[in-house]
Amino acid sequence: MIVGNGTEKLDLVALRRDFPALDQEVAGKPLVYLDNAATAQTPRQVIDAMERFYREDCANVHRGVHELSQRATEAYEAARCQVQEFIGASEVGEIIYTRGATDSLNLVAHSLGELKVDSGDEVVISAMEHHSNIVPWQLMCERRGAKLRVIPINDSGELLLDEFDRMLNDRTRIISVAHVSNALGTINPVREIIARAHELDIPVVLDGAQAIPHMHVNVQDLNCDFYVFSGHKMFGPTGIGILYGKRTFLEQMPPYQSGGDMIESVTFEKTTFNDLPYKFEAGTPNIAAAIGLGAAVEYLSKVGMDCIESYERELLDYATKAIGSIDDVKLIGVAREKAGVISFVIEGIHPHDIGTILDREGVAVRGGHHCAQPVMDYFKVSATTRASFAFYNTRQEVDELVFAIGKVKELFSD
Amino acid sequence: MDLRELYQELIVDHSKQPRNFGPMPESNYHADGFNPLCGDKIRLYLKIEDNVITETGFEGSGCAISTASASIMTEMLKGQTITQAEALFERFHSMVTGSMGPDGGVDDFGKLAVFSGIKEYPARVKCATLAWHTLRNALLERDETAKTE
Ligand SMILES: Cc1ncc(COP(=O)(O)O)c(C=O)c1O
Repeated sequence: MIVGNGTEKLDLVALRRDFPALDQEVAGKPLVYLDNAATAQTPRQVIDAMERFYREDCANVHRGVHELSQRATEAYEAARCQVQEFIGASEVGEIIYTRGATDSLNLVAHSLGELKVDSGDEVVISAMEHHSNIVPWQLMCERRGAKLRVIPINDSGELLLDEFDRMLNDRTRIISVAHVSNALGTINPVREIIARAHELDIPVVLDGAQAIPHMHVNVQDLNCDFYVFSGHKMFGPTGIGILYGKRTFLEQMPPYQSGGDMIESVTFEKTTFNDLPYKFEAGTPNIAAAIGLGAAVEYLSKVGMDCIESYERELLDYATKAIGSIDDVKLIGVAREKAGVISFVIEGIHPHDIGTILDREGVAVRGGHHCAQPVMDYFKVSATTRASFAFYNTRQEVDELVFAIGKVKELFSD
Repeated sequence: MDLRELYQELIVDHSKQPRNFGPMPESNYHADGFNPLCGDKIRLYLKIEDNVITETGFEGSGCAISTASASIMTEMLKGQTITQAEALFERFHSMVTGSMGPDGGVDDFGKLAVFSGIKEYPARVKCATLAWHTLRNALLERDETAKTE
């Protein structure tokens, strides 16, 4: 691996060697992995950290005086500190381990909803949300008799901020939007959203699942009230994610799940809850995955998020031009500010056929609605093909994709 | 496996120009099929007289495999008895899932043989069978109505 400070270029050859899964053939061709928005590949540093836990330190956390339990607890808590530093949170108590972005969103929707939302109140999301940032709010609104309102988008795949402004009123209790859209790649103007929301004292939840692998995120600088993401989309393991929340909210919010670890004392009459962050972490966590996430964050810090961001911007520009100029290809989502994702349709050819044919060319992409059916409905398509990038992807891989799309068109030509 | 074996010309042709496509007001049975994973949708229409399928039609949207499968199926079904149609379903199903016995060659399977390559693509088997499962539901519905009559 190569260390960068934001100015030098990434050494892709060296970086790619860190990712064992990238070095393989599919259908007799070198793998071109372009499904990073679904799950990114894992560097050996992360794999090693998790393996070390299972080989040497495997024990429960916070529960034993013995050596292994102490080592496990130390590694587990060290990872939390690494995450805190990585996203610029003011204190480690604001970093809650979850199973992933979905779990984090369920936690906030449930618990913040209980704190803030009553009958007749309103919650605002956007038309480009992943289902995991729609359904938990929808269910919570149903339970509490509240109304879910949706910020509309335009044909480029950008939020209509004027509509958003008009939507806010004295019943708006929570706003939850994607930092970056997984279906369109749009980077949303979250600073403006947060500024306007805070004028009315409305807390803002950001779904950062697709932002955090591509850009430098500082939660204090953004001034968001909550920020959620998943480990497996940022080169860490599956089964782990983070909910960042400002202490002022987390302290007032009721617990979500309950059980061991999240309590201070229990009698049959009364339970007092543990301090942050443990109040929201019931039961034995995914210890190895938390340690793996710590390693992923360390890895990303060494590569340098600024380097990653500028490299990926060039790569995305290159890919947008290359794919966008193929005949009959229509890009879905052409926002001015984008990261990581190119969604497209080809006239007369279904994304699942495209996916199968690309796969036989060694190119892994995703075809489908990307858990964002309202986005598909807006663009009047049933599905798109999505190529999603990580910092280890190369221009040559983009060329392979373009070549493979040519194969698709050839097979379907008359 | 060569992609051409999966996307044979017949499949591409039927996917681009599906036969028996469109609503069919004169049908007396229909059923809907949906694959939530990929969003493929089909509505299948049958006209059944004296246990014989006399007319067929379908509507919907889907990938080339599912569209071609529906198109070719509706062609094959015309003139078949219910029992023959059920036997076709069984045979098609075992062909695409790869569970066909050694004597289950596809030589006499007519156009349906073009789908024999699907078994190499487990993720796509559901595309090929969507229309056929919908057929079975339409026939079951007929059984149900027959029973209550
Ligand atoms: C924008 C966005 N939010 C949330 C999620 C849910 O993440 P997970 O499935 O890891 O919980 C995803 C995953 O695709 C996503 O892209």
